Amino acid sequence: MIPELGHFALVLALVLALVQAVVPMIGASRNRLALMAVGRPAAQGQFFFVAFAFACLTWAFVTSDFSVEYVALHSNTATPLYYRITGVWGSHEGSLLLWALVLAVWTVAVTVFSRHLPDVFLARVLGVLGWISVGFLAFMLVTSNPFERLLPGAPEGRDLNPLLQDPGMIIHPPLLYMGYVGFSVAFAFAIAALLSGRMDAAWARWSRPWTTVAWVFLTAGIAVGSGWAYYELGWGGWWFWDPVENASFMPWLLGTALIHSLAVTEKRGAFRSWTVLLAIGAFSLSLLGTFLVRSGVITSVHAFATDPKRGLFILFLLVVVIGVSLLLYAWRAPRLSGGGSFAFVSRETALLGNNVLLSVASASVLLGTLYPLFLDALGMGKISVGPPYFEAVFVPLMTPVVVLMMFGPFLRWKGDTLGPVVRRVAPAFVASVAIGVGTAFAIGHVTPRTVLGLALAAWVVLASLQQLLARLGERAGASSAARLRGLPSAWWGMWLAHLGVGVFIIGVSLVGSLQQNLDVKMKEGQRAELAGYTFVFRGVQDAPGPNYDAARATLDVSRGGVAIATLQPEKRLYRAQGMPMTEAALDIGPFRDVYVSLGEQLPDGSWIVSLYFKPFISWIWLGCTLMALGGIFAAADRRYRKLAERRAPAAAARQAA
Amino acid sequence: MKPRSKRLVLVGGGVALLVAAVALVLNAFQQNLVFFHTPTEVAAGKAPSGKTFRIGGLVEVGSIQREADGITVRFAVTDTARTIPVAYRGTLPDLFKEGKGAVVQGRLESDGTFRATEVLAKHDENYMPPEAAHAVEQAHKAGATVKQ
Repeated sequence: MIPELGHFALVLALVLALVQAVVPMIGASRNRLALMAVGRPAAQGQFFFVAFAFACLTWAFVTSDFSVEYVALHSNTATPLYYRITGVWGSHEGSLLLWALVLAVWTVAVTVFSRHLPDVFLARVLGVLGWISVGFLAFMLVTSNPFERLLPGAPEGRDLNPLLQDPGMIIHPPLLYMGYVGFSVAFAFAIAALLSGRMDAAWARWSRPWTTVAWVFLTAGIAVGSGWAYYELGWGGWWFWDPVENASFMPWLLGTALIHSLAVTEKRGAFRSWTVLLAIGAFSLSLLGTFLVRSGVITSVHAFATDPKRGLFILFLLVVVIGVSLLLYAWRAPRLSGGGSFAFVSRETALLGNNVLLSVASASVLLGTLYPLFLDALGMGKISVGPPYFEAVFVPLMTPVVVLMMFGPFLRWKGDTLGPVVRRVAPAFVASVAIGVGTAFAIGHVTPRTVLGLALAAWVVLASLQQLLARLGERAGASSAARLRGLPSAWWGMWLAHLGVGVFIIGVSLVGSLQQNLDVKMKEGQRAELAGYTFVFRGVQDAPGPNYDAARATLDVSRGGVAIATLQPEKRLYRAQGMPMTEAALDIGPFRDVYVSLGEQLPDGSWIVSLYFKPFISWIWLGCTLMALGGIFAAADRRYRKLAERRAPAAAARQAA
Repeated sequence: MKPRSKRLVLVGGGVALLVAAVALVLNAFQQNLVFFHTPTEVAAGKAPSGKTFRIGGLVEVGSIQREADGITVRFAVTDTARTIPVAYRGTLPDLFKEGKGAVVQGRLESDGTFRATEVLAKHDENYMPPEAAHAVEQAHKAGATVKQ
């Protein structure tokens, strides 16, 4: 009964989504307030019904109702309760439902936080979001109904893919979807602006906090996914340039460009059509990501769809969204010309350079991800594009981005003279190069990539400090605590996020240069040495879990005779699917991780053990955390809350100057 | 500078940057493509020598052998028509099994052994790597045409 209620709620949600898509749009074009006002309650009602459907599916998982096919395929009575709940989005149908729910959450957030928006504009934003929702709800109901019955019901479920039975997987999909789907708000703002022909600094100011928050979620989602890959896959890597990772990284790159381009549009009124194009692009790449990951064209742990209809439907949705928005853009964008002019040497130019580079980077990931699929689809052979390509492209593309990123904030908007600015940053620049070379020699790993990475990291950190000191110096007199507090939240956001990039580069460079790995055969009592650490193998015991059997090894780790940790990696066999799984064990530290994973048992009773020494790897996620934190600070800036009072672009321009 | 020449510099600089970036991307792309070959193609000498490529198929039953160090594994990948011996040093994926599909990446040695640097197996019990399935399918098709 409850699954049928959930199904029915989805149908009602679709009806409300249609109302939300059509009525406010008509109201906006005819300037009828009564029609426009329908958008808000329709969106909130739709949220209610989607949330209700989601609750119904969760209920079916919690009570192990195996007469629902989706539950029978992805859950088991022995699965722990929290993995039964996360099993809701453990596969195709449920993750679509999560997509729809997240979209409804964002839409309701727009209705709540956008009271100050002009009615016509809000009506159009809600209309666009309504259309996206119609697309996804229809997709779900037509091709992938999560409430499909299995009659007669299965006596026991097939269980969730063991790889997904991990705490990281509890929060990774919701975070990532909040990011992906969040760009739909930026997209809706852009389309609404194209429809109204209103695309001024005020528009950018409305759009900015939404885009930044979506970017924060996407950053956090990618970081959690990468952390999961690091400790769950048992290979010690943190990024594999796998198509599904690329699928989330492309919207991130373009979204990063969009945040910066919006800044220029808000402060200076420039880059307007470029900003719109980026908003369309970021959302299209989010949809493309959903298509790539969910349609089964890429085979991985994420790909579920076996039904080609589903892939076709998403592809159709993708073509409609990109096609319609680009047509609209081609029709309306010529009206957007103009905006603030700027000199060659100005902050705008630095941001433009970064925008171009980030877009090219995004396009290069797109090429590397899609080209093998195209060749395969056309029957022209099978190829793969691996990490060497992406590394060969990314280092040269991102190096100028990082240099410009710290140089830009020293430049003034509109126009500046190069000489004094260069003289200002020259000491930090020279010091960074020296630090890069010096540190590379100190750690005994002098390769161009190590030197470059360390020099870039030093450049980010030193220039960040210099920026902080310069900002504090501007307000002489007050106490330093008061001066720190006096800096706007948005400035702190930028500063933290940029510093986060530096911390991230430190992690990537050092783990890339200094990591060590050893695969050894070990028997009880045997020892192995790696990077100054001694590992003593204490044998293997049985350690049954709720829905798996495991062999758990115990290794004592010491350094110079001092005990450091006891690590217990496992080899699990999940009963329902008979699937083996490696569960690595880590000793996490601020400056290094020691990572152990258990391989297979050999006929003579010994085990293969992989030992890893990963210096500074936590800094990768610390950097991501700083970036996300920066985004939160930026979105929390006071001026967005004072929006209602000040709308005139002139005021914005004055404030910027 | 006059506004006109300023714009020229800006546009010219942008275009130069873009051209350089595109050249970089395409060059890296050209150099790092990894092609896929079926065991039959490798046996026929169609695979590049001295270059990394991938082969896929089924891990032949009874072919997995460990060398004395316990870390180096030898096995054979077959598309049911031809078989290629593979040597790999490292930890095998959880779902690597005899009789199941696998894809390996590496280089062909002069003695005909494929020295793998990477072994990919499937992500769950139901799923077969598409390259492996493709190789077996091709071999079946070829076999069928011979018989006719």
